[in-house]
Amino acid sequence: MKDTLRFKLNGKPMSLEVEPSRTLLWVLRYDLGLTGPKYGCGEALCGACTVIIDRQAVRSCSVEMKDVAGKEVTTIEGLERNGKLHPLQKAFVEHDALQCGYCTPGMIMNAYSLLLNHPRPSRSQIIEQMEGNLCRCGAHMRIVEAIETAAAQMGGSAR
Amino acid sequence: MKIEKPLTLEEENLALDFSGIITDPGPAFHLSRREFFKLVGGGILVFCTAPRTMAQEGGRRRGGGRQLPEDFNAFLRIGEDGRVTGYTGKIEMGQGVITSLAQMLADELDVAYDSVHMVMGDTALCPWDRGTFGSMTTRFFGPPFRAAAAEAKAVLVELAAEKLGVPKERLKTRDGAVYEVGGSRKVTYAELARGKKILRHVKGAPVETAADFTLVGKPELRRDSVEKVTGRAKFSGDIKQPGLLCARILRPPAHGAKLVSVDTSGARAIDGVQIVHEADLVAVLHPDPETAEMALGKIKAKFDQPKPYADDKTIFEHLLKVAPRGEVVAEGGNLAEGRKAAASVVDETYLNSYVAHAPMEPHTALARMEGGKLTIWASTQTPFPLQDAAASLLGIPAANVRVITPFVGGGFGGKSNIRQALEAARLAKLTGKPVQVAWTRAEEFFYDTFRPASVIKIKAGVNKPGLITFWDYAVYFAGARGSEQFYDIPNHRTMSYSSGWSASEGAHPFATGPWRAPGNNSNTHARESQIDMLASKAGVDPVEFRLKNLKDPRMRRVLQAAAKQFGWTPAKAPSGRGLGVACGTDVGAVVAHIAEVAVDKSTGNVQVRRVVCAQEMGLCVNPEGARIQMEGCITMGLGYALTEELKFTGGDIHDRNFDTYIIPRFSWLPKIETVILDAKDKPAQGGGEPAVICMGAVIANAVYDAIGVRMLQLPMTPQRIKEELSRA
Repeated sequence: MKDTLRFKLNGKPMSLEVEPSRTLLWVLRYDLGLTGPKYGCGEALCGACTVIIDRQAVRSCSVEMKDVAGKEVTTIEGLERNGKLHPLQKAFVEHDALQCGYCTPGMIMNAYSLLLNHPRPSRSQIIEQMEGNLCRCGAHMRIVEAIETAAAQMGGSAR
Repeated sequence: MKIEKPLTLEEENLALDFSGIITDPGPAFHLSRREFFKLVGGGILVFCTAPRTMAQEGGRRRGGGRQLPEDFNAFLRIGEDGRVTGYTGKIEMGQGVITSLAQMLADELDVAYDSVHMVMGDTALCPWDRGTFGSMTTRFFGPPFRAAAAEAKAVLVELAAEKLGVPKERLKTRDGAVYEVGGSRKVTYAELARGKKILRHVKGAPVETAADFTLVGKPELRRDSVEKVTGRAKFSGDIKQPGLLCARILRPPAHGAKLVSVDTSGARAIDGVQIVHEADLVAVLHPDPETAEMALGKIKAKFDQPKPYADDKTIFEHLLKVAPRGEVVAEGGNLAEGRKAAASVVDETYLNSYVAHAPMEPHTALARMEGGKLTIWASTQTPFPLQDAAASLLGIPAANVRVITPFVGGGFGGKSNIRQALEAARLAKLTGKPVQVAWTRAEEFFYDTFRPASVIKIKAGVNKPGLITFWDYAVYFAGARGSEQFYDIPNHRTMSYSSGWSASEGAHPFATGPWRAPGNNSNTHARESQIDMLASKAGVDPVEFRLKNLKDPRMRRVLQAAAKQFGWTPAKAPSGRGLGVACGTDVGAVVAHIAEVAVDKSTGNVQVRRVVCAQEMGLCVNPEGARIQMEGCITMGLGYALTEELKFTGGDIHDRNFDTYIIPRFSWLPKIETVILDAKDKPAQGGGEPAVICMGAVIANAVYDAIGVRMLQLPMTPQRIKEELSRA
């Protein structure tokens, strides 16, 4: 049975008629046209679908819509402000911290949640946070460096 | 319901095309020159007919196929606005040629790098291409591409001479314009192209030499990263079509299993589900992938499973049993003489498991059939072979099939397998609707074309002064690539059993295929481990031993460069330091790696602390891109060296996701240092694969140096290391 669910998506209030048992990733990708979050494994094992719900990184492939109600969801599409790249996005570009780019939205959102909660992370905190996000191209070293650069530039704030 | 940023059909139809000039070619996919102009606009188009380098690439393809383009499909276009578009049948899957090809084009044409746009992997617009693999883009597509740019420049100079009334000899090109040398007259490319429809074939205008390069050889950041960090980059699964149906297909429990009976009534009862059952194909379709998935779960099917003839433990024995006759890859001297001259002989057998490609993007495709014409958007490394295969499957002319390749989310050889796109094509024809086939991770593992398991046997000897006297090498099922040794050995023979990664029927329980530097990872692990053992027998430091037995100047140079960068100090292995070295060659490039590891004897766990890689690849078009590829190779290579191996019983593949199939993670990361040796006067060689080939050997040699045990089987799992330690 469909239900009307209210939540915030990328800063805007949303009201959606949807089966509460449906999965956030597929609703984002097929119903809402937000294809930034990617399917990689379907079992919260790779992180390609990572989005932020109330400041925490979650795997949208394993979140039901009913658990999104009343919350604030941010996807990669919501990271730019006034057409300007977020410092993390900018740092990924400047460090060439990607190859095929398929894991990139999930990597950036996961790093974003780290900076939200630990604005000055150590290298080992970065590695610990990113451990569950997989990249097959092997951009890991540059991703770590990009996160360090972004954190330094932001000087302790998440935006 | 509000969609924040609705996507227009135009945007969705785009291939890899940042110029925004092409939307949909309309009904005619097989374009005449006139139609091509109509589609892309006027200007100057340069074609290339069968240049030697392309013929070399094309000549190696198996069976028949098409000739290189002659009547349509340009290599580049200079638009009436001065914008330059480069067309290539190659695709972008992370390897970065979208950047390096644009650099080459801009440099040769003397235009600003930012004015160049690339259209890639669209069979309606791009010149025929065999596929993106074998690190061939820069090596084989690069030269004709540059030649086309040189030809375009010659046309522009001719036009300028006429327009300015100045002889050609007194004209020079710079920044998208033609100038009079020592004069004031000038005309831009845009002005020259305006109102023109000029077609030109490459006649042989001279290309730049290294001294003329302005962009080539300079590090350039990726040009696709803004799209990729914002989520705007379109991969195949991000393409939508009105009326799109998501398909889920009934899969057998194991390879070789036959469908005996099927009951689809449970799925049929679900609202909006469409079912297709034609011969071996049973699929459920629904606009939303979750409903399709649920419906698939309601299908009851019985399969007959064949008796498994091997599993991941017995496979090596099986492979040796079924191996075909060997072929000589290389030989010289006299093995018996060499054996007589040896003071010690090392006789070893190396094993290597099946390894998955596991790109982060599973195989995905969308197919739409309208008026007898088929369009496929696919994550593929081979758009043109897919075009032919889809045409033949559906029984329509290839000219009625267009393949568009959006960004590909990793390939590594695995996306030369086009199965998912053919499934989508078949379902689009059967349903008359646009159909998306997006494999789940389990399907991706099941239908992967794995790197084959292999056995390598080597007998080799060394004399008292530390020179290798003979080398008797036999590789089973890895393939010959990288099997030929390059040391200065007077008596040697290299045999390869099997035709490489494709192998004969009855060898592998499932499909096998090319995996980044096919064959070379297994061959280099075996060869460089054996060389290390000979060094130990001779009581010589492994770097010194290699140099003593190496004449090849390129190989010596990379080895010396790696040793210098690392700060290598000679010692006999095992020294307890945990240092290893390995050399290799692939796709025309040579590499040497040095690694430092720490081994935890109680857990068997190996932590790679540092990897230095020196590479000579001829002309390096984009040193930044080349470094990223080297780092990627090193990081990816940690996986096949340490953890990656497929578990299976016959055709039943046990690994279906990343919980049991372990690929490299952030915490594994060593300090990586790359050195690219200057060779800009030599032709460009491959860069996407060479640095992966030494990773098994360099870690195995470092593990030996650390704990004194030889790891002859990859991957070097903690369990295997503990077993070897207890045996020692």
